[in-house]
Amino acid sequence: MTENPLQLSKQTHLSPKALRNLRERVIEVLLLLAAFSSVATTVAILAMLITESLAFFQQVSLLEFLTDTRWSPLFADAHYGILPLVSGTLVTTVVALLVAVPLGTIAAIYLSEFAAHRLREVVKPCLELLAGIPTVVYGYFALLFVTPLLQQVLPDLPGFNMLSAGLVIGVMIIPYVSSISEDAMRSVPVHLREGSYAMGATRLQTALRVVLPAAISGISAAYILGISRAVGETMVVAIAAGLQPIFTLNPMDEAATITAYIVAVSLGDLPHGSLEYQTIFAAGLTLVLITLVFNILGHFLTKRYREIY
Amino acid sequence: MPGENLQEIRGIIARNKVWDAVFVIVGLMSLLVGIVTLLALVIDLAIDGLPRLSGQFFTSYAVRRPAESGILSAWVGTVLVMLVTAIAAIPLGIASGVYLEEYGRKNWLADLIEINVTNLAGVPSIIYGLLALGLFVYQFNLGESILAAGLTLALLVLPIIIVTTREALRGIPNSIREAAYALGASKWQMIWDHVLPYATGGILTGVIVGLSRAIGETAPLITIGALTFVAFLPDSPFKGEFPYISFAWLQAPFTVMPIQMFNWVSRPEPEFQLNAAAAGLVLIFMTLGMNAVAIYLRYQFRKRVKW
Repeated sequence: MTENPLQLSKQTHLSPKALRNLRERVIEVLLLLAAFSSVATTVAILAMLITESLAFFQQVSLLEFLTDTRWSPLFADAHYGILPLVSGTLVTTVVALLVAVPLGTIAAIYLSEFAAHRLREVVKPCLELLAGIPTVVYGYFALLFVTPLLQQVLPDLPGFNMLSAGLVIGVMIIPYVSSISEDAMRSVPVHLREGSYAMGATRLQTALRVVLPAAISGISAAYILGISRAVGETMVVAIAAGLQPIFTLNPMDEAATITAYIVAVSLGDLPHGSLEYQTIFAAGLTLVLITLVFNILGHFLTKRYREIY
Repeated sequence: MPGENLQEIRGIIARNKVWDAVFVIVGLMSLLVGIVTLLALVIDLAIDGLPRLSGQFFTSYAVRRPAESGILSAWVGTVLVMLVTAIAAIPLGIASGVYLEEYGRKNWLADLIEINVTNLAGVPSIIYGLLALGLFVYQFNLGESILAAGLTLALLVLPIIIVTTREALRGIPNSIREAAYALGASKWQMIWDHVLPYATGGILTGVIVGLSRAIGETAPLITIGALTFVAFLPDSPFKGEFPYISFAWLQAPFTVMPIQMFNWVSRPEPEFQLNAAAAGLVLIFMTLGMNAVAIYLRYQFRKRVKW
């Protein structure tokens, strides 16, 4: 046992200590390389989207891309205006947020300020299960359960529509909104609440006028995450909202989103390097830019309203 | 006069407290929306799908006749793709988490990586599909294979595993690290022999949650060109003769559970939609089962470890 390190050092002409240091360095470098893989992924995503989009914009002018209201790259009469896809994305996102923001925020206030400990321990995991269900299952649910249900109230609703897709996405992102908002509200120090109670405020008044403003930076981060999820959601819209790029702001219409278009094209056979192949990268770049805009906006809002206590 | 005033204030507070009660009801209702949706979804799937769930459903390929179709190639595909994802993502994710938490505490490189991981977690999954299409399928020439699919999903779950690994490591008190150093352990010995074993519970939870997300992912795999009708199985990884293990399956075309379900949903015939419900039921069972295991593990480890 004691001779072993000595033998080793003779063979390698290194003292045990140097050997050990060397091993430590090698391990650290390996770990750093592993950690760097995430940076490499980001760089690769951007490089891929930008190079393919550049090739795309050599054949299609940026002006047409941004202003044409028709998107029909696969037809003989090809138009390359991204607006119909952007409008579809925005309409489903807005519908989803109209569901998720009020419900998620109220649920978060209730769980953080009103609910008994027992109830919270049971309800929170249940809500989180909502986020664990595969999106393709939500798509099935939107198309074959929510749409027929809505058609009983709105008989004119077509089989594919953005309304039911948006509603289902809304319910799907409730846990993202509620769980992060709740964490933010729970980390507001108790003495702020006690100060408010001491002034004679009720629980609701304390929750709305003291805790909510104090936690607003965390809550807006939750909203931003919800928006990112809704904008990038693919399967629900591809299944329930249809695959036709139609320029409309009416949620009762059928329309494709950016993500649905990428799916629709990928289902066919794509010749590598063709213009159709490049369109999905241009669409993908648009999607990333939209998410980025919301994230930057959220970052500044969060900074602007951050309360320090 | 002061008595009257006090009564007035009490009256105001009492009136305000009515709103408390109203809000409790509103709060419960909004919680119910989520939970009722969850129930409606599961019950809807069960009503349509349960009658189709039989042994035949798991042992048949997807064919033209809905009643004879099954998910054999889909669930085998899912298992194989998950195998690749787990082998690629788990070591890489844990190693990144260890580096960020234990080594790169205060340098700009670690900051850069950290911001990156946060941003990656917010990138829509279909964008990973585009990356994989350009990089794995065409640049690396992996084609539309199980290997390409597994690596795509590995990239997707990497941020989840990194973040949970870091949280697990952060939960371990410094006294453990100092005790290990005091006994002469090197940094890596401290991490490998002491910190990682204690963090296993948290890391395992993250790995399971990450993989359960990967099982349900559809969009990125459609983007890289997964087939929707596959009537054959990839080569078996195990062989009768030496060397007993074969890697030919990595190159095989594939389909997975969510894609099979998507294919059935998008068909107009109602019989196929029953198949979709049955596939959805199996899929939910897989993901919710994995989530339940993760929640249970978290609970168990939290109970067992007391600092």
